[in-house]
Amino acid sequence: MPREVIHLPNRVESLSVLSAEGQLDRDLEPKLEPADLRRLYRTMLASRRLDERCLMMQRQGRMGTYGPSRGQEAASLGVAYALGPEDWLVPTFRETAAILWRGWPMYTWMLYWGGHEAGNVVPPGINDLPVCVPIASQCQYGMGIAWGCKLRGQGRVCVTFCGDGGTSEGDFHESLNFAGVYQLPFILVIQNNQWAISIPRARQTASCTLAQKALAYGMDGLQVDGNDLLAMIVATREAVEKARTGGGPTLIEAVTYRLGVHTTADDPKKYRKEEEVREWEARDPLIRFRAYLRKKDLLDEKIEKIMDEEIAAELDEAVRLYERYRFDPLEFFDHMYAEPTPDLRAQKAELAAYLEARAAVRGGVPAATGSSPAPAVR
Amino acid sequence: MALLTMVKALNLALAEAMRENPNVLVLGQDVGQDEGVFRVTEGLLQEFGPNRCIDTPLAEAAIVGGGIGLAFTGFLPVCEIQFDGFSFQAFHQVENHARRFRNRTRGRYTCPMVIRMPYGGGIRAVEHHSEAPEATYAHLAGLKVVIPSGPRNARALLRAAIYDPDPVIFFEPKAVYRAFREEVPESPETMPIGKGVVARPGTDITIITYGAMVRVALEAAEELADEHDVDAEVLDLLSVAPLDAELINQSVRRTGRAVVVHEAPRHCGVGAEIVARIVEDSLLYLEAPVKRVTGFDTIIPYFQNELTYLPDPGRVVRAALETVRF
Repeated sequence: MPREVIHLPNRVESLSVLSAEGQLDRDLEPKLEPADLRRLYRTMLASRRLDERCLMMQRQGRMGTYGPSRGQEAASLGVAYALGPEDWLVPTFRETAAILWRGWPMYTWMLYWGGHEAGNVVPPGINDLPVCVPIASQCQYGMGIAWGCKLRGQGRVCVTFCGDGGTSEGDFHESLNFAGVYQLPFILVIQNNQWAISIPRARQTASCTLAQKALAYGMDGLQVDGNDLLAMIVATREAVEKARTGGGPTLIEAVTYRLGVHTTADDPKKYRKEEEVREWEARDPLIRFRAYLRKKDLLDEKIEKIMDEEIAAELDEAVRLYERYRFDPLEFFDHMYAEPTPDLRAQKAELAAYLEARAAVRGGVPAATGSSPAPAVR
Repeated sequence: MALLTMVKALNLALAEAMRENPNVLVLGQDVGQDEGVFRVTEGLLQEFGPNRCIDTPLAEAAIVGGGIGLAFTGFLPVCEIQFDGFSFQAFHQVENHARRFRNRTRGRYTCPMVIRMPYGGGIRAVEHHSEAPEATYAHLAGLKVVIPSGPRNARALLRAAIYDPDPVIFFEPKAVYRAFREEVPESPETMPIGKGVVARPGTDITIITYGAMVRVALEAAEELADEHDVDAEVLDLLSVAPLDAELINQSVRRTGRAVVVHEAPRHCGVGAEIVARIVEDSLLYLEAPVKRVTGFDTIIPYFQNELTYLPDPGRVVRAALETVRF
């Protein structure tokens, strides 16, 4: 009869293990092998250096528009660390550290941003999807993959990423709704990097947290310090374990910050204050994790120097492969259907004949087949 | 042999595929307990259980997007959109994802899925339930777009669509669902997607159509023969993507005259593509300009007036006679 508070069965919690100031919660600290801890740091560093190299190449006109993930390395890497190779990872385009951990070559990443479909070719042996450029639409096929995992009953899970802006899209909500109804092994990780191009988190939604959106779909929501690699690992491990054992979906909000540009086509000075960026620079996930490893005597100047040199050499090799990449300019006809239609065969032949004739006129110069930069549009 | 309506024939095709292949799933709103608003999924929940005939929450984009994910895990999903007018709420999943994954991943991930939906007008339905959006989908490379015209070809084409390695939009003409019965053979049969058939052979003019308009064209052909001594050939395209341009041009080269009939609006309709193909490949065989008998470039009127909008045999006869007498 009376008016009462409704007590929901699901919870929204926040989680931090290692603070920006270096304070560690020893009860929550995951017990990781030293080799893993070093490799995790090295992956974040490699992701950062890869970003820097790609940004430089974009400015030099050697690569297309680029979307860096600077500042968000821990938020994606902690998730990838908690997955098995048989699990599914569905990224957007700011999960560079995660996909490096999963085994994607740097060179493939460069090919994607350099304007080649070959950049979407998933390495064998892992169940990852390529990047998704439309916002939040990947939540739907991520949910569908989790659905398939559940129907197959093999104990696999699907982790899907989206951004804070993506939480305003219908696909975000529809996928969570289906995942709740069917209790799917679906983990949706919001990389809340505070900015959807120029729109701040506060103008994206009136919700106090993004994690609380889980409650509407009958699942738990967890807001995690996304710049705290340890917290991201703990949160994802827990969600993966729950999903694997039939406990259903989880929504994780990783609170992080996009330290760089949205893409090379925008200028954040137009919409956000430098002081804000500097505040978040102090919370850089690399600085925090490096200090943690140094305290554990797992890193020192000598090891870091070796890491730097190794990563630089890997990047040089990736750039070399990227810039030497050659492609068949007519290959784009070949992957529309399992069997090309008569029309596609005819169109391919028509274009081939034209290109041949053009090359003859121009003295044997065929169509461009190398990595020439695309003009930055978006 | 059994004498079946299109609804029963489609139901048979689904049940056959689900029986022989455990990866075939049916999902959509009201496909389980309610057996589909047109009863196309009758008995499937009972026979195959809720993990294979799946009642979903009400969200077209999640049905299609979820279907894409299911396809990645090895299933052959058959997604039902309750009416063609609601398919646009899943359009971005079709455009951005279903049709692109094979190309984007160079064949690593593909979408062998069917998106079925009741199609077209003529059943006195409320608005948003009578659209003919085939050109919208036919324009999207990577999709196949199939529109059967009768029970037997519906059953054969749905089977072909389910086993097709690429995404197929499968439009089921509502006006045909229960309009007539046809002999359907006992054992499953299939038809190639992308191939049309000659529904009525003739020598004087080619009437090119598909879906519910096949019956309109056949009726017009009878009238042309009986009352005007014109022997019309009727082509039933069955697929609008890929388009059987070879069949069209072979026929038009023989008759020298053509009329294209569809219920969708004229501007940028499939008819425009058909006329272009005829002009490109058979211009010098033509004895007269090609005419189009179509819906109009308006919203289809509410059902009290929808028959004014939809092509009828009279309009087809009139266009055919103008072409013949040109």
